Amino acid sequence: MAFLTDRKRADGMGAAKTGTASFWWMTVSSVALLLLVPIFIFTAGPMIGEDYTTVTAYFSRPFPAIVALLTFSVGLLHFKNGVTVLIEDYVQGLARKIWIIVMTCVSYAAIATIVFAIARIAL
Amino acid sequence: MAVSNSDNRPLSPHLTIYRPQMTSISSIFVRITGNALLAATLLMVWWFLAAATSLGAFELASSVITSWFGNVVMILSLWALWYHTLGGLRHLIWDTGRGLELRAAERMGWMMIIGSLVLTALTIFYFLLGA
Repeated sequence: MAFLTDRKRADGMGAAKTGTASFWWMTVSSVALLLLVPIFIFTAGPMIGEDYTTVTAYFSRPFPAIVALLTFSVGLLHFKNGVTVLIEDYVQGLARKIWIIVMTCVSYAAIATIVFAIARIAL
Repeated sequence: MAVSNSDNRPLSPHLTIYRPQMTSISSIFVRITGNALLAATLLMVWWFLAAATSLGAFELASSVITSWFGNVVMILSLWALWYHTLGGLRHLIWDTGRGLELRAAERMGWMMIIGSLVLTALTIFYFLLGA
């Protein structure tokens, strides 16, 4: 039995029916990235240009591997939500849907790739 | 019903009519940097995948990222990452209800530009020191 009134169900949900969920998620992920990004820059950054043995040995260590995994996965989910708003602002109709679907797939594919790559290097 | 006049109605003033302001430009660049970071992200994902695959694959990815073109992309992306991070910090400050006055918002815009350039220079200096 539904005790909620129609008004209560609609209140605060807006036209998208999701309320402030996207906004709040971007807030949470941006706070996480505020910490992750500088740590990632100073741990992974010096590895660019290093040789194969050095790089694979470095990312076999727990801290650099976990920081890289978190930065890429949280960063790409943050990107997925951000690029969705960008597309919604500038693209209309069917093209909007296609772009959002494509960029969502690219984001998840990149996350899956980085999880596979770092797991394979580290384990 | 009135005859539809939707084609002749005046449009509200848009980007082309406004003088660029610190608040609008610094905000637009947060969007541009955030979305452009996909390029360097995918380059780095390729670099990690190559490191997980083989020596030959890694050397190809590494040579592309450290080529002059790769260096341009990575240095611009390093700046973009710092700028977007400071832009995000400004949004978090705004979310607390602080810094919304015009002067404060403009000052934070300048801090984002100068801060991102300083942080980029310091980071490159740190990398060169280690190499």
